Amino acid sequence: MAFIPHTEAEVAEMLAAIGVASIDQLFDEIPASLRVRSLAGIPDAMNEMQIGKLMSARAQTDGRPLCFIGAGAYEHHIPAAVWAVATRGEFYSAYTPYQAEASQGTLQVIYEYQTMMASLTGMEVANASLYDGASALAEACLMAVRANRKSKAQRVLVPKSVHPHYRKVASATAGNQAVRFEEVAYSAAEGRTLASTLARFDGQDITALVIQQPNFFGVLEDVDALTDWARARNILIIAVVNPISLALLKPPGQWGAGGADIVVGEGQPLGVPLCSGGPYFGFMTTRMAHVRQMPGRLVGRTVDVSGRDGFTLTLQAREQHIRRARATSNICTNQGLLVTAATIYMSLMGPQGLARVARASHARACELSGALTRVPGVRNVFPSPYFHEFVVALDRPVAPVLQRLADRGILAGFDLAEHYPELGHALLVCATETKTSAEIERYANALGDVMKAARAA
Amino acid sequence: MSALREKVIFEYSRPGRGSRDQWPEEIEHASRIPGNFKRQAPPLLPEVGELEAVRHFTRLSQMNFSIDTHFYPLGSCTMKYNPKACNQYAMLPEFLGRHPLAPASHGQGFLACMFELQEMLKEVTGMQGVSLSPMAGAHGEFAGVAMIRAYHRARADLARTEIIVPEAAHGTNPATAMMCGCSVREIRVGADGDIDVAALQAAVGPHTAGIMLTNPSTLGIFERRIEDVARIVHAAGGLLYYDGANLNAILGKVRPGDMGFDAIHMNLHKTFSTPHGGGGPGAGAVGVSSRLLPFLPIPIVGRDGERYRWLEEADMPQSIGRLSAFMGNAGVLLRAYIYMRMLGRTGMSEVGDYATLNANYLLTRLKQAGFEAAYPQRRASHEFIITLKREARELDVNAMDFAKRLLDHGFHAPTTYFPLIVPECLLIEPTETESREVLDAFADAMIRIEREAREEPEYLKGAPHNLPVRRLDDVRAAKQLDLTWKPKEGV
Repeated sequence: MAFIPHTEAEVAEMLAAIGVASIDQLFDEIPASLRVRSLAGIPDAMNEMQIGKLMSARAQTDGRPLCFIGAGAYEHHIPAAVWAVATRGEFYSAYTPYQAEASQGTLQVIYEYQTMMASLTGMEVANASLYDGASALAEACLMAVRANRKSKAQRVLVPKSVHPHYRKVASATAGNQAVRFEEVAYSAAEGRTLASTLARFDGQDITALVIQQPNFFGVLEDVDALTDWARARNILIIAVVNPISLALLKPPGQWGAGGADIVVGEGQPLGVPLCSGGPYFGFMTTRMAHVRQMPGRLVGRTVDVSGRDGFTLTLQAREQHIRRARATSNICTNQGLLVTAATIYMSLMGPQGLARVARASHARACELSGALTRVPGVRNVFPSPYFHEFVVALDRPVAPVLQRLADRGILAGFDLAEHYPELGHALLVCATETKTSAEIERYANALGDVMKAARAA
Repeated sequence: MSALREKVIFEYSRPGRGSRDQWPEEIEHASRIPGNFKRQAPPLLPEVGELEAVRHFTRLSQMNFSIDTHFYPLGSCTMKYNPKACNQYAMLPEFLGRHPLAPASHGQGFLACMFELQEMLKEVTGMQGVSLSPMAGAHGEFAGVAMIRAYHRARADLARTEIIVPEAAHGTNPATAMMCGCSVREIRVGADGDIDVAALQAAVGPHTAGIMLTNPSTLGIFERRIEDVARIVHAAGGLLYYDGANLNAILGKVRPGDMGFDAIHMNLHKTFSTPHGGGGPGAGAVGVSSRLLPFLPIPIVGRDGERYRWLEEADMPQSIGRLSAFMGNAGVLLRAYIYMRMLGRTGMSEVGDYATLNANYLLTRLKQAGFEAAYPQRRASHEFIITLKREARELDVNAMDFAKRLLDHGFHAPTTYFPLIVPECLLIEPTETESREVLDAFADAMIRIEREAREEPEYLKGAPHNLPVRRLDDVRAAKQLDLTWKPKEGV
């Protein structure tokens, strides 16, 4: 029996105590017509050794290719201590810390996490996390509608240089509440959003402007100018940022003269493995003035009846289990285990280590850019500054080139053809501190071979 | 619980200290980032050595209750054992290292697991299609109600914007309906705990988008007239949403699809034993009847011959769209897959069997000890409700006092004050993975606390006494918000 400890004798005694003849009798309130007759589609049970062999075989099928894809999920070195500690049963198998006295460990971790994220983003307060970066953006848009009392229009401006999946998640999530998303074009020459492009919205009722830094192309947006344009018009600024980059880049709290209002992003780069897309965590920080409009859990420090410091979930009156239909969101969860990992990661890195990761990632990306643009038929697309990701264009369709490189064990980047056909044969590539000069050379050489063979064919 | 107090990590910080072996090498290069983009002051992160960090977080872990260390009879939350194999085999390096946008050619092993997980979930719920992308129960609820709305819109039936929920529903149900732009109508529950069918009949109409139900209900009993409910809602043109929070009770016994539901979410972190992680990650896969198939959230794993691939917008043009940046909580889904394969066909229905046996046994023991069941004439499902209204009246102690004192006895508290319609309630769910001795020990602790309520009520009201902190001042926490550590207080 799977993880069921009962002996036959115990079952007999328990049934006798209840006063029924069989376990089946306990289901006598279920109409007989509804009872399951077979589960033919479920395979036979496997024991631990058998499932171990199956999973190992499946994992080996997928292999461990050399990966230069970024596009919202980034490979960084994860110190051994991060998951060794995070997977301790006391973190791994604990429930949500509603019983504060029995959850001080989880609560203190979240309090430390809130402190780190608020400082990293240059804001005053962080929540305990949301599902992922994209859903955090969706929640930020809904929050902006609640927080911007000067705007009635429920209109959010979203540059096309924001991650295309994020834009889709935002509209799938907030669209049912009549929030309107309007696309803002990017400069084809620079790969970023220009304040001059926003001029056509002057004088209109706009609720919020989304700014992603670095943007989906890896390019650095002129965040100061965009922020100042929005602030002068009572438009809230929603920043979408990469947390590793913030060791190097100006935090959203200091953008322009007044800073951003809501900051969200994908927390995955902070110690969370790529793992096919999840579980990750979305972070959200804001100004104290907006804290009651924030969705998700918050941990506060307080005292117990004997005056000792302790931690507890607070401002729960915003949440669904208290407020039901009038809650700020239906969200209950935070991605607690991932937040635990990220807090350990940031503690091991510290301000110096995190800055070194950011600098090394930028350095490897610069090295990769140099190596790839030396390959005949490859050119850099945008001349603008970038962090650890950039766009190159090939002189032929990207998809077949990517497939040939994948066959050689190299995942060479993200094909932009589907989302940005106007860029031609464009490819988004990324390098982090995990890439060595030898690996970059291997990629460039393989790309050269494949392009040469394609030209010859 | 060994640790009683642990400093905030910033209090260990010393300028210049660091876990240098974890940092990358400095690479000589000319930065191409102009000065006006750069950060001026470093962020407030601790500067500590690896051993200090490991000790700090290990000590913090020791200040938690968890399934690995404590019995957790938390009603509606299904805190069953999380098998270690599920974690180990989901964390194989190839799975951990796989990029979400890696081509399907480098993901056939992973995709095979996901495809088979979809198929097994369809089979065990009786639904026609499954999407794995929602990242929590509430996220799955959102997907379900969004699909119901999309269905009515596709039929140009635009007046259907009202969602019916029983008054005992989880708070997420009405909150989700509002997030989907619907209004909420609550209906009464009868004295026997079943939905008042006459009230339902009176509530439905051309404005009804659907009904959200949990079955067994949040009262821990099976909704016996579910076929009538389905008939009434469908006849009125609405659809039925199944909140899968209590699926563990009926696993292998009865299927939501056979009961007439059109959309369901499954809390994989409950029924399929993926870890709760101190508040997440969960996974809230959704299943649908044939009516809602075209609207499932993307991406979904499809199969062409022997090859697996993602189904995206082009394959599913009527989809409600994308709910996560990639494909949801893949690592959680892998754990659920491993668990389901280990259970197999027989194990699946044993879960329902033993979860129900344990709940009815513990209910029997507590009733014999004089505790009052909220629905004494009904069979418990996988959970049940004890009401302490008599204790509150006669002894001036409440459900919270019992809950806090249970912590001192080494048991996590049951769910308290939910559902809202039962006064002074404890919602108790033992799950199938607990042994009879543990259930007996819990019942004995309840009996001792009852005696203490008569003999030493003030001590009981001061509980807990044996934990790192005693009852916390929640009012102060909300009024004098202290949400981040400030350097001036420390070092």
